[in-house]
Amino acid sequence: MGTQIPILIIVIPLLASFLIVIAGWVNKNYCFPLTLAAQGAALAAALVTMSKVLINGPISYRIGGWAPPWGIEYRVDHLSAMVLVVIAAVAFINLVATRKYVQSDFPSKSSSFYGLYTLFVTGLLGVVITGDAFNLFVLLEITALTGYALIGMGGGHAPLASLNYIFMGTIGASFYLLGVGYLYLATGTLNMAELAKLIPQMAGSKVILTAFVICLTGLYMKMALFPLHAWLPNAYTCAPSAAIGIIAPLTTKVMIYILVRITLYVFTPEFSYAHTSLNHAMVWLAAVAVVAGSTLALSQRSLKSVLVYVIVAEVGYMVGGLWLANRSGITGAILHIVNDAAMTLCVFLAAGSILFKLKSDSFGALKGSFRKMPFSMAALAVGGLAIIGVPPTCGFFSKWYLISGAIEAGQYQFMAALIFSSLVNVVLFFRIFEIGYFEPFKTHEHHHGPSAASISEGPLATVAMVLLVSLGLILLGLYSGQIVNTIIWPAIPPGIT
Amino acid sequence: MDFIIPFIIAKYNYWIYITLMMIGLFGMTVKKNLIKKIIGMNIFQTAIILFYISIAAKKQATIPILEHAETGAHAAINAARYINPLPHVLMLTAIVVAVATLGVALALAIKIHRQYHSLEEDEIIGQIRE
Repeated sequence: MGTQIPILIIVIPLLASFLIVIAGWVNKNYCFPLTLAAQGAALAAALVTMSKVLINGPISYRIGGWAPPWGIEYRVDHLSAMVLVVIAAVAFINLVATRKYVQSDFPSKSSSFYGLYTLFVTGLLGVVITGDAFNLFVLLEITALTGYALIGMGGGHAPLASLNYIFMGTIGASFYLLGVGYLYLATGTLNMAELAKLIPQMAGSKVILTAFVICLTGLYMKMALFPLHAWLPNAYTCAPSAAIGIIAPLTTKVMIYILVRITLYVFTPEFSYAHTSLNHAMVWLAAVAVVAGSTLALSQRSLKSVLVYVIVAEVGYMVGGLWLANRSGITGAILHIVNDAAMTLCVFLAAGSILFKLKSDSFGALKGSFRKMPFSMAALAVGGLAIIGVPPTCGFFSKWYLISGAIEAGQYQFMAALIFSSLVNVVLFFRIFEIGYFEPFKTHEHHHGPSAASISEGPLATVAMVLLVSLGLILLGLYSGQIVNTIIWPAIPPGIT
Repeated sequence: MDFIIPFIIAKYNYWIYITLMMIGLFGMTVKKNLIKKIIGMNIFQTAIILFYISIAAKKQATIPILEHAETGAHAAINAARYINPLPHVLMLTAIVVAVATLGVALALAIKIHRQYHSLEEDEIIGQIRE
């Protein structure tokens, strides 16, 4: 039984997603408890797997008993174990927090929503756990297709935004598939560990270089790195509140994880860093993405659209950190995957709660919101401080690693971009805090009654979860030393100093 | 010209897939009608499927079913006499993915048509701006 735990992380939510839809035909009330049980079980399996990996080292699981170079291998090492726990935890927390939104936004479609939600999480978990380059494409598309459907369930211009996302996402995934095709053409294998053995021997091959560049382009498109980010802002602002709490923190971060996996564990550092000499150009690209994302965020007039452009900037942080090609930079990039998932979850849950209560998230509507919704706004404040990078919140530590990595590598333009982005974040969030704290709440129609001073918070579960996450941001910051020592450093290939 | 024509003919499968891919990309980026964009997307995906299938082919090789071999099922397997089955199997999955993507895209196109009563991108954007 114990050896089967890694596969349970995938199998439980996969089967549950179908069961949820079937149960919805009988009674819609069965859907939420079933989803909760499935996500809880996946989280437990992920935690057990991580503890095993920390004690015994990486686990390799053979699907159907076929040995790795021929069969599909599921591989859990330190890096993937950590990202699995992050995904399962974010999915669980967001599920608990957003039950009220599902009931109010799509009461008749709750079974399809929960079915899609669980399948989306299955895809993300699968992308992280798989050790096979083609299997990764299939799971990537499961994630993407359910993501399109979840975004399309939103109001306003959601269907059009989702369709544009489909076009960009499909080009991205197709490029990845094409890259894998060239890799297969050159090496004759799809297993990641096997590829990592073969690629250094044929490092001079132009086919491998083509495969690498095509894969990178596809992934950059999927993760919305700046010039290829056009699909993200509209899709994320239109997405329903119940879904954005999982789509925004996880989609781009899992794509960054794939980028790390592909550069470090498939193409290996000797090829990706030493042989291609792309480092300098890529760090410049990331620096431009950070600056552009932050600048675009400044021009936004509503809470959600500010946060969406902050995500675009954060993608640049992690891509840049990876391409700094030294231990501090890569540590920063990997630590930022965890931290950014938690920070984005925190701010989007808070924004969802504000949107639920105030019916609008434009800056005008936020006046006096600190008094009306003290807990949600407090959580937003903690999330904002973490994104700015104020110690002891977690954002400070990953940014510290990134900046010291940039100095070690001599890439001062990236350091400048990070500092610029932090300063812009200060402006962004303190403008929101100022509106929320100092500008009085507008009493709409009712002239009498305790409207201005009384507290009117979002749903209880949401407030509880958002406070839990904001506490988590501080804990992640305080324990970041342990995370780096026990999980991230063993995950970085030993050749990198 | 003496150099280019043999260069194209020797690698014609790559030229065909790249041409198809570019047609698809053109449809997705330049065309204003959403259905034409979706068709472009499908051509784009099909181009990659054809690329995979073309790399599996071998000269003088048969389908990879052992009973069909001239020497019978029990003879030693000579891989050069069979085309590579793996890309075919992979593309079976990729076709399913492409069909699912097409389904989701068409469903969204129906939703968009209900909302704006149009599938022309400029008309829809005009309505959004109003």
